[in-house]
Amino acid sequence: MAVETQSTTEDLTDLPPEIVATLQAEPPHPDLELVERAKAGDTSAFEQLVRQYERQIFRTAQHITQNREDAEDITQDVFFKAFQKLDQFQGNSKFSTWLVRIAVNESLMRLRKRKTSKTVSMDQDVQTDEGSIPRDFAEWRPNPEQNYSQSELAEILRKTIAGLPPGFRTVFTLRDIENLSTEETAEALGLSVPAVKSRLLRARLQLRERLSRYFRKTKEGSK
Amino acid sequence: MNCTDFLAKLTDYFDGQIDPELLIEVKEHLGSCHHCEVVVDTTRKTIDIYRGHQPYEFPEELSERLRTAVMNRCKASVSK
Ligand SMILES: [Zn+2]
Repeated sequence: MAVETQSTTEDLTDLPPEIVATLQAEPPHPDLELVERAKAGDTSAFEQLVRQYERQIFRTAQHITQNREDAEDITQDVFFKAFQKLDQFQGNSKFSTWLVRIAVNESLMRLRKRKTSKTVSMDQDVQTDEGSIPRDFAEWRPNPEQNYSQSELAEILRKTIAGLPPGFRTVFTLRDIENLSTEETAEALGLSVPAVKSRLLRARLQLRERLSRYFRKTKEGSK
Repeated sequence: MNCTDFLAKLTDYFDGQIDPELLIEVKEHLGSCHHCEVVVDTTRKTIDIYRGHQPYEFPEELSERLRTAVMNRCKASVSK
């Protein structure tokens, strides 16, 4: 028993620390194998990764930029950059988080280019208290969507999220729509976990406040 | 716990990352404060609506077009 333990320890110490950590933690994410194959020159492995994540990258870019053509360009650029920088991916984070991080940077850069007079960053507009204190306490209809067609509803949701500052919009998109964890969101945005939490709270409350105009229960006859 | 304290805990409450003792206080406040109860309910609906209605379409045609373009760029960069 003692011998066995010792030999295991010895085996592990021969390995690089990040491999040891991987062995001791969860089984490796299936993406890692694809990444390794892609690094070795297998473009079909990389194509598989593109297939897996292009939707998420496109939606993230479109949410941040609010522009479809930009989102298409960004999606291409993100995967091309990822392909070229594949050697820099060390596997310390999920491959998808790494991609999202590139997508966020590309999207913010695109926004900055478009609005030359305004600075756009993750820190923008976080000083304001706007929307962080709820004012509308009306209940919503049991099914808030019931008064709108699918296309009307899509328009409401688009307009509403477009009205948020980019920093809030991005946090809400990653955390609540794309379902990244708080830690993954922080990593993708280069923010601390508390900063993500505070932006997320404000984003949710501002969206709630704005949607309330459409979805609140009202007296009969009025919308 | 007042409404401001409650709001400060809202994100942790939604994410289920809250100490059991604090959770008792949060629930007590929710039970006695209609405003915060509405805020919780409508915020949850806000998240659900955005999750349930992806406002941006991503049709197969676009997916294929983007993927083809990306792979052509990647392959061209390797063969250089
Ligand atoms: Zn309250």
